[in-house]
Amino acid sequence: MSDLLPQDQRAAFRAKAAAIDHPHELIVDALRAVQSHHGWVPDAGVALVAELLGVLAVEVEEVATFYDKIFRRPVGKKVIHVCDSICCWAGGGEAIAAHLQQTLGIGFGETTSDGMFTLLPTCCLGACGDAPAMMVGLTTHGRLTPESIDRILAQYRAEAAG
Amino acid sequence: MNDYPQVLFAGRRPGTTNFLAGYEAGGGYRGLRKALTMSPAGIRELVKAAGLRGRGGAGFPTGVKWSFFPEAPGEKYLLANGDEMEPGTYKDRQLLLADPHQLVEGMAIAAFAMQIPHGYVFLRYAYEECARNVERAIAEAEEKGYLGRNILGSGFSFELHVHRSAGRYILGEETALINGLEGRRPNPRSKPPFPAQAGLFGKPTNVNNIETYCNVPHILVNGADWYQGLSRTPEGAGTMLVGLSGHLHRTEVFELPMGIPLREVIEQVGGGVRGGRRFKACLPGGASTPFLTASQLDTPLDHVHLEQAGSRLGTAGVTVFDDTTCMVAATLNLARFFARESCGWCTPCRDGLQVVVWLLEEIEAGRGHAELLAMLRDQVRNIRGRSFCALAEGAMGPVGALLDRFGDELEDHIARGRCPLKR
Repeated sequence: MSDLLPQDQRAAFRAKAAAIDHPHELIVDALRAVQSHHGWVPDAGVALVAELLGVLAVEVEEVATFYDKIFRRPVGKKVIHVCDSICCWAGGGEAIAAHLQQTLGIGFGETTSDGMFTLLPTCCLGACGDAPAMMVGLTTHGRLTPESIDRILAQYRAEAAG
Repeated sequence: MNDYPQVLFAGRRPGTTNFLAGYEAGGGYRGLRKALTMSPAGIRELVKAAGLRGRGGAGFPTGVKWSFFPEAPGEKYLLANGDEMEPGTYKDRQLLLADPHQLVEGMAIAAFAMQIPHGYVFLRYAYEECARNVERAIAEAEEKGYLGRNILGSGFSFELHVHRSAGRYILGEETALINGLEGRRPNPRSKPPFPAQAGLFGKPTNVNNIETYCNVPHILVNGADWYQGLSRTPEGAGTMLVGLSGHLHRTEVFELPMGIPLREVIEQVGGGVRGGRRFKACLPGGASTPFLTASQLDTPLDHVHLEQAGSRLGTAGVTVFDDTTCMVAATLNLARFFARESCGWCTPCRDGLQVVVWLLEEIEAGRGHAELLAMLRDQVRNIRGRSFCALAEGAMGPVGALLDRFGDELEDHIARGRCPLKR
C-alpha cells in the first residue's frame, strides 16, 4: 500500500477532509493524486481514498468508474489518448490511429510489451484547430503525421530510458 | 482579417500568457472597480441591457439568468463551466492561455452582482496548463485584493477555487458538473429544482461558461450600447470567439463580431476550403448543431438567424466539410461520440443512440434499405424531447439535418449498396 500515495500527501488529504463540510468533493482530487503517483488506481487505492476522506469505498468507486481518465486497470508509463472526434476525423484521424496501432504493435485498450505506452481512443481534446491530435500523459500534440508520431514516441522512450 | 474589433482577445499575444502586470497594463480590473461602485441589481440590469447571451451552447440571456438568482446573503456558489468538450470547440482554452485574469475579474463581478461568496472554475482533464494559469491568476488577484476578504475595501468577499476534472463530455451539462464538483457520480439531476434554487451542496448556484464571464468586465467598462453595437446584426450583441476547424486553410480561434455572415467566416477569415475543394456543409456551433449547406452561407452568425436557418449558434465552433466528405460517415462519427459519452442514465440516450449508430453503420457499409431509413427517422422522433438532459437532444441535431438536407445522399447509399464517396 505504501506506494499508492506518499505520507505527506495522505496527511494533507486527511487534514483537508477534516476541515471542510463536504469531504466528498475531494474524491476526484484524491483519485487523481493516487493515479499520478501510482500510475493507476487499484482497489487498494479506492480503499485508501475512502479512508483518507472518511467516506465509503463504494462512493469512491462509483466516481472512479465514471471518468474515462481515471484508470482502474494497470496502464503503461505513458497513456496515449488519440482523438477520434469529428475535427480529427475530418483531418485524417483514422489513419493516425491506424499508424499508432501499427507502430506500437497494439490495439486500443492495450499496453506495449515493454510497459511504456497504453493506447486509448478519446473524445475531443479541445485541439480542433490542430487536428489530428493526441494527448500523451497531460501533454497535447497536434497536427500529427506518421513521421511526427514516430518522433514524439521516440522522445518519450528516450526520456523514460534517460 | 485583423480589422475586426478585438475585445476578449485584445491582450492576446501568441505563445505568451498575461498575468497580473500584463492584464492590468491592458486595463484589467477596471471593470471590477466600476462594479464595486454600483448596486448588484444595477450590474444585473446592465448585463441584461447589453444583451449578452451564454457562450456555452444554450445561448440563454446572461442578465436574465442572473436576475432570477436570489440576492439574499447566504451560502451560494458561482461556477465557471470549463468542461469544453463539445467537438469543434476550443475557444475557452485560448482565453485561459492568453488572459486568465479576464475570467477571474468576470467572475468577481458576477459574484458581486449576485452576492455570492464562493466560486469554482471547473476545468476539463486536458486543460492542465489552463488550470495552472487560473491558479496563478487567483493567487495574484488575492494578493492584490481583487479576490478574497473585503475586495478593494468594499466589504464584499469572494473566494475562488479550481477543480480539475477527469474526463467525460456529460460534465458540461450544468447539473452533472455540480454532481462532479460534489464528488458524486456525475449523472445530470432533474430540473426543477434549477441550480439557482438548489445547486451545489443544495445551495443557490449560478453556472456560466468561461467566455460568458470574460465578456462581463468589458460591459462594465464600456456600457450596454457599446456592447450591442459590436454586433453586425441588431439581433446579436457583442463579439464571439469562433473556433474554426475541418477542411479550412486557417483553423484557429478568431474573435469576430456577432452576426458576421457564415460566408465571410469561411471564405475570408478561414481562407476558404483547402486543397482547391468546394464547401459542402458545416457544423456552425459544435457537434450538436444541425449541419448547414452551401445554400445557407449567407446566414448571419447570431442566435436568432441560425435558429431561423434550422440550426444553432451553440459554441460558435465552425467545422467545415469539403465536397469529398461523406455526410453519412460524418454523422456516424458524431453519433458514435454522443453514444460513447452518454452517461447511461436514461433509456432514449443510452439505448437510442446505440441504435442510431448501428443504423448509420449499416447504411454507410452499403447494407441499408428503406426500412432502416424509416427506423432512423423513427429513432430521431423517439429520442427528441424524451431524454433526461440535452445530450441526446443535441445528438439528434446533425442526424436530423442529415435526414432533412442530405436525404439524396442517404438514398444514394441505399440504391448503390455502398458509400458513393468512399475512396
